[in-house]
Amino acid sequence: MMRGVFSAMMAAIVLAGAAMASPGPEERMEDPQLEARARVLYDQLRCVVCQSQSIDDSNAPLAADLRAVVRERLLAGDSNAEVKTYLQERYGDYVLMLPPVQGNTLALWLFPLIVLIGGGTAIVLFVRSQKRRGAGEAGMADDERAARLSDDEGLS
Amino acid sequence: MSRLFLFLPLVFFVVMALYFGLGLREDPSEIPSQLIDRELPEFDLPPIEGFETGLSNADLAGQVSLLNVFGSWCPPCAIEHPMLMQISRSGVVPVYGVDWKDPPGAGTAWLERNGNPYRRVGDDPDGRLAIDLGITGAPETFIVDRDGRVRYRHVGIITEEVWDGTLRPLVEHLQAEEGA
Repeated sequence: MMRGVFSAMMAAIVLAGAAMASPGPEERMEDPQLEARARVLYDQLRCVVCQSQSIDDSNAPLAADLRAVVRERLLAGDSNAEVKTYLQERYGDYVLMLPPVQGNTLALWLFPLIVLIGGGTAIVLFVRSQKRRGAGEAGMADDERAARLSDDEGLS
Repeated sequence: MSRLFLFLPLVFFVVMALYFGLGLREDPSEIPSQLIDRELPEFDLPPIEGFETGLSNADLAGQVSLLNVFGSWCPPCAIEHPMLMQISRSGVVPVYGVDWKDPPGAGTAWLERNGNPYRRVGDDPDGRLAIDLGITGAPETFIVDRDGRVRYRHVGIITEEVWDGTLRPLVEHLQAEEGA
């Protein structure tokens, strides 16, 4: 019984997801291979109206038009790269969800690496300086305290 | 010396704050047009209902012109419309229209109701020309020079300020530039 309810709920969740996906059943391509490629491309292309969404996520009319263009180009025999270039010629690099690595995006791509290296170096330097200090003053203090403690307890 | 390093986070903060602060002043919804200084794509749109002539890129040749993308479904277009009428009446520059994704007859009804500022209107019901033009929303307006090259794109409503401050000077400059 519980199991039946559970699977029904899971099915509802999964099916709801499918129902909410924007490219509706009427947009499905006949050739399953082309459809699979279209899906990949939808996900890699930005909706130019609702800019943080891909055209796969978006319900905007323009996103639907862009999906139609993707299908049309695939049917015309374009490779995935050619489809992207086609839209890039019209909307620029912006239409790609993943910015290409090139001159004006180098800073964007390298920034995380720079932060990682810079932060790593800072941490290493900090830890080293702490250790040096530890070997100096703090270490001595501990020894003294230990000596005093053992004196107090009359152990020595 | 090492004291100075204490100010590093502050310096970092100020630099980032300036960078992002300047970024805020830009409009992220404005995707730069790929058409600037390039020729208009070739097109040949059918007329909208009740009109005899459509619009092709050849219609714009030989003169500086405005190409305005609109739709009867688009509220900002309604706000922009009186300005287009005024530009059209002034005779400074011919205005051509692309009726974007309107159901049959809607564009015609719109022009009958609000007046027709366009020398010619083409029907783009499935939005294919709009994609070739890199349109992200209506209204958008292109300034096209004599050779059919796009020289400027304005995204959004042409207000009086935009017309007087930006579009009109550019149009007049282009008209004088090649004014053989």
